[in-house]
Amino acid sequence: MTTMTHDETQALIQEVLEAYPEKAKKDRAKHLAVNDQSLEQSKKCIISNRKSLPGVMTVRGCAYAGSKGVVWGPIKDMIHLSHGPVGCGQYSRAGRRNYYVGHTGVNTFGTMNFTSDFQEKDIVFGGDKKLAKLIDEMNQLFPLAKGISVQSECPIGLIGDDIEAVSKKKGKELDKPIVPVRCEGFRGVSQSLGHHIANDAIRDWVIGNRDGDETFATTPYDVAVIGDYNIGGDAWASRILLEEMGLRVVAQWSGDGTLAEMELTPKVRLNLIHCYRSMNYISRHMEEKYGIPWMEYNFFGPTKIAESLRKIAAFFDETIQANAEKVIAKYEAEYQAIIAKYRPRLEGKRVMLYVGGLRPRHVIGAYEDLGMEVVGTGYEFAHNDDYDRTIKEMGNATLLYDDVTGYEFEEFVKKIKPDLIGSGIKEKYIFQKMGVPFRQMHSWDYSGPYHGYDGFAIFARDMDMTINNPCWKSMQAPWLKTADAESQTLAA
Amino acid sequence: MPNVMIRKNDAGDLLFYVAKKDMEETIATVEFDTADTWGGAVTLTDDSSWYIDPISPPPTFPTTLRFKRGNE
Repeated sequence: MTTMTHDETQALIQEVLEAYPEKAKKDRAKHLAVNDQSLEQSKKCIISNRKSLPGVMTVRGCAYAGSKGVVWGPIKDMIHLSHGPVGCGQYSRAGRRNYYVGHTGVNTFGTMNFTSDFQEKDIVFGGDKKLAKLIDEMNQLFPLAKGISVQSECPIGLIGDDIEAVSKKKGKELDKPIVPVRCEGFRGVSQSLGHHIANDAIRDWVIGNRDGDETFATTPYDVAVIGDYNIGGDAWASRILLEEMGLRVVAQWSGDGTLAEMELTPKVRLNLIHCYRSMNYISRHMEEKYGIPWMEYNFFGPTKIAESLRKIAAFFDETIQANAEKVIAKYEAEYQAIIAKYRPRLEGKRVMLYVGGLRPRHVIGAYEDLGMEVVGTGYEFAHNDDYDRTIKEMGNATLLYDDVTGYEFEEFVKKIKPDLIGSGIKEKYIFQKMGVPFRQMHSWDYSGPYHGYDGFAIFARDMDMTINNPCWKSMQAPWLKTADAESQTLAA
Repeated sequence: MPNVMIRKNDAGDLLFYVAKKDMEETIATVEFDTADTWGGAVTLTDDSSWYIDPISPPPTFPTTLRFKRGNE
């Protein structure tokens, strides 16, 4: 089976849906679709950002994960307090590999876990006093922390603690920004609302801090990198390209970012946004309030990088535009060599993706540069506008799945038989045991960076070593092998 | 009466964005779109209609405005 037709894919979806009871079938049918490039709007074929069905296995996270884990967590010189019981913070600690420079525990706090460790008495009598005490304690132990964000876990909202009042009072007392974030896990259907809440908290408590303060010397080439979380060093690999073009990167949001950078972002000329899903809200706000234009870019794979660099340069004068061409030309030999090396080994391989809110469409270009084809893609927590953008990137009659359940994903893989799956840690071992090569695409399977030209080299190497790993030929026990299969292995 | 952010996209069309509803649509027609007033009945590409009292002078986009549903 090489490529499936529209009808075949539709039949596959129907077949998989058969296992569900009537009501669940009706609901899930809206989340599975066959891609049709002629559609302008995704809502005609797929429904997204809806509550997951109880009883099915979803891999979504919660609003706390979206706020603490994604948006706020990587800001390195602030302390992010997981306010509530100990588990939420501890089990998500340092899992996203947001790299940063600094001395952890002295002036940076990225991989540490701060929690108020709620006990029964805090739930019964309220935790506001504890929070106030904790803020004092943190300030005493870590005086170089530039600020504190209070990331609420579920119980805070349930018992109705007034974290805003405590934060305001303590913020005045310590003369540091203390940001209460109402990102209780039960809010919304996925981590996506957590991103929105976190963006709103930044808008209300951080963005305006330096309004009217003109002491920061600006240049006409100031940009901010928004929505790059520096996973495995991604933001660094992106940043050097922008700097080589002659732009000045004032702020990184939020991988390896600082509070001061965020406060200075309203002074830039252009916001470059990589993860649209998690940070479009703040970009829209800055466009409205400060008149800063924003654009989406994509630094996965040489084709998309060149496209994005030219698009970025178009916002500036001719020197920058000439520099963009120089940067593309400078790296050409490098990436051509990578394509020449890996493309013959990867040509024609078929990939299925299921990641968060950006990569299911952003990495398609990088796979295509290596001669691979993405035959199925889906998001955990995308909204309709993400699918609008995806339809054009994906081939016709490929499979789209929104918030796919464990059962559906397994069945799709059994039928489509891709050569590689890119998804998260929860799917990794299931598919590896099924004998399908797998890359963990949330945090690059402990590798990275994948952004930029430097990242593309690592990306190509990783895909090659996963797909062409000799272990996939040893999936069957030797005593179960038929003579026929044996000769095949020997020949290979 | 939702708060709506109106902004221009790359093609120059006006986009109608309701953050709370996570809805972004292109504006198809505006009743008054002249040098000194903007507003009135607004229809979107998804055929929904909205209303705002005409504003003069016209606002500069992007901006957030309060719209009424067309049938209210």
